[in-house]
Amino acid sequence: MSADQVKETEKNYLNADHTIKSWLLTTDHKRIAFLYLLSVSFFFFLGSVAAAMIRIELTAPRGWLLSNDVFNKTFSAHGILMVFFFLIPAIPAVMGNFLLPLMIGARDLAFPRLNLVSWYLYMVGGILVLAAMVMGGVDAGWTFYTPLSSSYSSTPISLALVGIFLNGFSSIFTGVNFIATIHKMRAPGMTWFRLPLYVWSHYSTSLIIILGTPVVAMALLLVVLERATGVGIYSPEIGGDPVLFQHLFWFYSHPAVYIMILPAMGIQSEMIACFSRRPVFGYSFVAFSSMAIAVLGFLVWGHHMFISSQSLYLGVIFSLLTFLVAIPSAVKVFNWSVTLYKGSIQFTTPMMYVLAFIGLFVIGGLTGLYLGSLHTDVHLTGTYFIVAHFHYVMVGGTVTAFMGGLHFWWPKITGKMYSEFWGRLSALLVFVGFNVTFFPQFIVGYLGMPRRYHLYHFAPEWQIYHILSTAGSTILGIGFLLPAIYLTHSWFKGKKASQNPWGAKGLEWTHAASPPITENFDKMPIVTEGAYAYNAEADAAEALREMEAAGKLDATPEGEDWWNKMDESKDDEKEAIH
Amino acid sequence: MSHAEGKEPEVYFQYEDIDQQQDTYMVGMWSFMAQELLFFGAVFIIYMLYRVAYLEEFMILSNKLNWQLGGLNTMILLASSYFVARAVHRAQTGEMNRQVGWLWATIGCALGFCVVKFFEYKEKIGHGLFPNERFYEGYSHMAADGYTANPDIARLFYSLYFTITGLHALHVIIGIIIFGILIRLIKKKSKLITDFIPTEMCGLYWHFVDLVWIFLYPLFYLIPQ
Repeated sequence: MSADQVKETEKNYLNADHTIKSWLLTTDHKRIAFLYLLSVSFFFFLGSVAAAMIRIELTAPRGWLLSNDVFNKTFSAHGILMVFFFLIPAIPAVMGNFLLPLMIGARDLAFPRLNLVSWYLYMVGGILVLAAMVMGGVDAGWTFYTPLSSSYSSTPISLALVGIFLNGFSSIFTGVNFIATIHKMRAPGMTWFRLPLYVWSHYSTSLIIILGTPVVAMALLLVVLERATGVGIYSPEIGGDPVLFQHLFWFYSHPAVYIMILPAMGIQSEMIACFSRRPVFGYSFVAFSSMAIAVLGFLVWGHHMFISSQSLYLGVIFSLLTFLVAIPSAVKVFNWSVTLYKGSIQFTTPMMYVLAFIGLFVIGGLTGLYLGSLHTDVHLTGTYFIVAHFHYVMVGGTVTAFMGGLHFWWPKITGKMYSEFWGRLSALLVFVGFNVTFFPQFIVGYLGMPRRYHLYHFAPEWQIYHILSTAGSTILGIGFLLPAIYLTHSWFKGKKASQNPWGAKGLEWTHAASPPITENFDKMPIVTEGAYAYNAEADAAEALREMEAAGKLDATPEGEDWWNKMDESKDDEKEAIH
Repeated sequence: MSHAEGKEPEVYFQYEDIDQQQDTYMVGMWSFMAQELLFFGAVFIIYMLYRVAYLEEFMILSNKLNWQLGGLNTMILLASSYFVARAVHRAQTGEMNRQVGWLWATIGCALGFCVVKFFEYKEKIGHGLFPNERFYEGYSHMAADGYTANPDIARLFYSLYFTITGLHALHVIIGIIIFGILIRLIKKKSKLITDFIPTEMCGLYWHFVDLVWIFLYPLFYLIPQ
């Protein structure tokens, strides 16, 4: 084989073109996913710096680092950056962008140019928000409740809101793209019920994105108008209702929680099947539970407003509906657990994140029921209990799954293997650090520590919980920093990954190279079986055969017909690869 | 589908064939329309809630809107919808250049709508009815003309009026821009336009903008009459 031929076979989306222009004007979904990966990591880092400042401030009952004003701006920055610029785009725009076409057997998303536009909108939105922060910072929290945000705050809120508005359209474009892609771009034989559950979760997510985001976009736009022109839709001075803003805001922002968690659950399903070598138990139940969450998620926004002026009867209904959402979430958790049962479980780095997810998500979900009950919510709302609750879901759920997914598909994205030792260590640090950070917050919140306060000198006995929490966040920070180092290291020095290092099912593993070529597949795949056609027995037989071939076993079991069949299928595979 | 101009539609690399491509574009556009529906849905629900809360005031103030100008604009938009439907039909039968005239007619209607809207706004703002802090001064001079509603609620009403009709007008202006771009691309024989899909998508958008007005007009101008 000549040098030219070698070069030809190693052509992939990463080395297809090296110019900066080819990256900034790319329409390749894999390259755009990579741009998104860099940018969401950047915003995650900034949000983490804000979190670190909050945690350092809270180690002393009277605070010692930040003034009142700067503390308000710091927690607002943390919330805005993490929610709008990390949690919402992270999994859809990075993993979803990269994987969706590969998983359904398409050459690209339906609208590649729209995909690029969406990244630019995201970046412009992010830059506007950062500009607002540089110009003095925004102090109305990530929720921007009126009339604080519309009349009383003198910080550059309009600029930040325009940034978030643009970011909203970035996710709407991603949602439109995904819906069209899933509907129309599936490979031959890829029926709806053969789709990987990750794709189902993205379908539900995209529905939420296109039906929810425009409402919050409008709600925020009206705040901007009120600040800029004096037109007062929410202004109580002229008979407007500031609580109306809360309704519109949570009509999106509660479903937005599912925008963050549903794709994470999709990642879970992929990884849990792969590393327990079993099909996900109750495929259609898991698929429809995603849809059920998407639908029910639109009917529960009022549980954020139990102590607003909302009517008590509305509160009762919202509380009841909130309990209903627990059902499809529980369906998923139980089905994952049953998938593990009698599986042949491998404790790889992604699997460690999977197991961490299940534990943390269960705690996050169950404490959600405390908050969904009217009477306990009155005591707990606005305290650190709620802070701990949503961090268990958002960090313990979404970020954990994001990290797991990143490790799972890293060989596919970069074509390189990372160090398994460092991977497992960081997963462990994340799990331990996370619990040490946030479990004390449940307790201190239950005792009455209000969120968004930086002084608690009236109850200095809470200091121990805050110090524990800060110590935990240091461990958590190291847990997140380590992957940045060893993953980057593996990019340059890592061992080359084979096409399917995990022995996983799914078109992205079985039909696409690592890293994939620009058109994804040499030959368009034809799908003949459902997702997760794992067969642990056949795998074990193959492992046995390999050991035997390597001379590690003395005797070959005789008279086994499947033995020869395994050989044949192996040869077929080799042919398919070459 | 005949292609009278002898140009085969271009199939982008991610699609298997032209049917798949065209279907996908339509699914995408309808998804985007769902998004638009909810975007306007938010302001419609705000209007509804305030109307229920301040029904009498809203009745008085709605009566003061110029229903004749609103009616004229309704006619203009209905005509434009017909023109755009003709343009889409031409595009579907492959007569790419013969759709341009209908597209110009649509743009003409859209511009007409904006002109009428301009005079409507000019009249209101001229009377000092733009709902910012200086609203009350202008409004107090109007009491003799039957503007007897509570000034605060009136300011709220005009906030809704300017915001919602303004957003709609903004969509009309965006429509003018996209039809302008479409015509230019057709004239340039751009490789972006090789079938009827771009016209159909712009047409869908335009019908939606019309439809919003069809609801806005009675809600603001007609119901109290």
